[in-house]
Amino acid sequence: MNIQVILFSVFAIGAVASAIATISSRNPVASAMSLVAHFFMLAGLYLTLEAQFVAAVQVLVYAGAIMVLVVFVILLLNLGKEQQLAERGSVIRLTLGSFTAGLFALVIILALVASPTGLNHLAMNAVDIGTTEAIGQSLFTQYLFPFESVSLLLLAALIGAVILAKRSMKEGA
Amino acid sequence: MNFDILGSLPLIVIWLALGVVGIIIQAFVRSDSTRLVYGYYIGTLVTTGLLAAATISNQGTAFGGMVTLGGWAAVFDLLFCGAGVMAMLAAQAYLGRFNSELDEFYTMLVSSVAGMMLMAHARNLVVLFVGIELMSISFYIMAGFFRSRDKSLESAMKYFLLGAFATGFLVYGMALLYGATGTLDYSVMLKVIAAGTARFPVLLALGAVLLTIGLSFKIAAFPFHQWAPDVYEGAPTVVTAFMSTAGKAAAFSAFLAVFGVIMPMVKVASMTPTLQLVLAVISAATMLIGNITAVAQTNVKRMLAYSSVAHAGYMLMGIVAGTTFGQSAVVYYAFAYTFMQLGAFIIVGLLEREDETSLMISDYSGLYRKHGVFAAMMAVFMFSLAGIPPFAGFFGKYMLFYAAIESGFTWLTIVAVASSVISVWFYLGLIVKMYFSEPNPETHEANAGLAGISLAVCTVAVILLGIMPRIITGMLGN
Repeated sequence: MNIQVILFSVFAIGAVASAIATISSRNPVASAMSLVAHFFMLAGLYLTLEAQFVAAVQVLVYAGAIMVLVVFVILLLNLGKEQQLAERGSVIRLTLGSFTAGLFALVIILALVASPTGLNHLAMNAVDIGTTEAIGQSLFTQYLFPFESVSLLLLAALIGAVILAKRSMKEGA
Repeated sequence: MNFDILGSLPLIVIWLALGVVGIIIQAFVRSDSTRLVYGYYIGTLVTTGLLAAATISNQGTAFGGMVTLGGWAAVFDLLFCGAGVMAMLAAQAYLGRFNSELDEFYTMLVSSVAGMMLMAHARNLVVLFVGIELMSISFYIMAGFFRSRDKSLESAMKYFLLGAFATGFLVYGMALLYGATGTLDYSVMLKVIAAGTARFPVLLALGAVLLTIGLSFKIAAFPFHQWAPDVYEGAPTVVTAFMSTAGKAAAFSAFLAVFGVIMPMVKVASMTPTLQLVLAVISAATMLIGNITAVAQTNVKRMLAYSSVAHAGYMLMGIVAGTTFGQSAVVYYAFAYTFMQLGAFIIVGLLEREDETSLMISDYSGLYRKHGVFAAMMAVFMFSLAGIPPFAGFFGKYMLFYAAIESGFTWLTIVAVASSVISVWFYLGLIVKMYFSEPNPETHEANAGLAGISLAVCTVAVILLGIMPRIITGMLGN
């Protein structure tokens, strides 16, 4: 058993456990913190796949910036009693949800078992793909068009946020 | 690198007009820029539409195979830009009446058109994803544009949450396809599948299923249609008019392109008949549910929303058929449907009062006395939606039914005919209400203004396309 498999197992089990903690916790702050843990575990998984840049961005953007926003929103909502938001999931919903998730997991496991090489599928050139340089290069060559289109998408989201946040419709438009 | 500058002009023009010039105008023109922005964006859409029409025969790819040019992608561009212009024309007076005309509305409308164009042109899953998101985000914001109204906000919130959920399915599907084939490019994917080097056939099928689910959300097909009535009812009527027509057409353009890849993919997993059957059942259920529920509606907007669900079911028939003729039928029906549904919603918007009343079917009784022209146009749209000759809706349905029979789905055609018969009930019910009932004394004065141009175009198009379907099928080259 090499170190990679051990690390993978640690991060994978951690990711699944923290994800379950996120959705099952009744306390919103605890949920948010479990989500932070989940993001860190994911970053670890990316590292085992030799994707250093994605791992770093994952921690900076998701675990950092976005989670700060989430915690701020929880703070501003000012729930008072922490348990107030939590709603007891009905038994039917729980059963159906677990059943679907289980079915999904089963299909993916079957697919992996059926494949000749199993889980061990890290591409040979993965080390070169994961670097900042390689990502930058492909963003500005092969993926230039979608990359530039994303700027339109962000622009639309930005204008939308301004519209929704504007205090009144006819105020210095 | 083969780069076709002429063919990619529609994409480049709308990109620059929206992302560069439009922003500069809005940033630096101080005094009352609304008129200027309005005219500028109408000009943008008209120019883009004309460029698209000019490049239909100019087929090829650009940006390293990321997008396709010309062909039916350009035909769809024409539809999106045309519907965009008509919605813009109708929007000005509508928003003015509700005292919420803002430049940003027009920016959002044009950015949604840009998203639709990306969807139709995409030949790479990344571009498809960006296009879908660009369109959807613009729609979420436009749906919630009347921020002081609970219904509008509810509509935006529902649309946003379910849309985000659908995006989850889409991205998961795309990731699985990438994992199985090692590429996001449609044509390379096809090559990998043909060569039999795809790594996990089960993942291929699963990815295809998830992608189909994601797209089904966007066209509001059963069982992913529940959001449509609430969102369409709550959103401002011009927004509903635009997103229930052009937005649906865009989702179908993506459907057509993606199914060119998915069909061979499920073949590898030897599941083609299964997928076809599943789609056929979805299609049948969608039209039945849409039409049967529409019968029970008392609100015109809601009735039209359910009817739009049913029409998605009809269009799915062309995809089920999977033939070239079926594809042409879908494109033709997208045009016919857009004109008739857009026109109907614009009239609903004109008759709507500022306090969001006058939306009931009973409010339309005796409409022809006060608004003879509106009533006549509405009757044309209703006849066409019901599929009565000689209007465009009839010929579209004829093509779709023919395509389905040709590929052996006779039972689906029987269901479709039956559900069309059901739909006649409520479409003609509205006409009967307008012409054979006592006038409603509370019908308010409605002034069409610029929306009149849109209505005239819709009416003429519905009649003309019905008489001369070759206008569309000729553009597709068959």
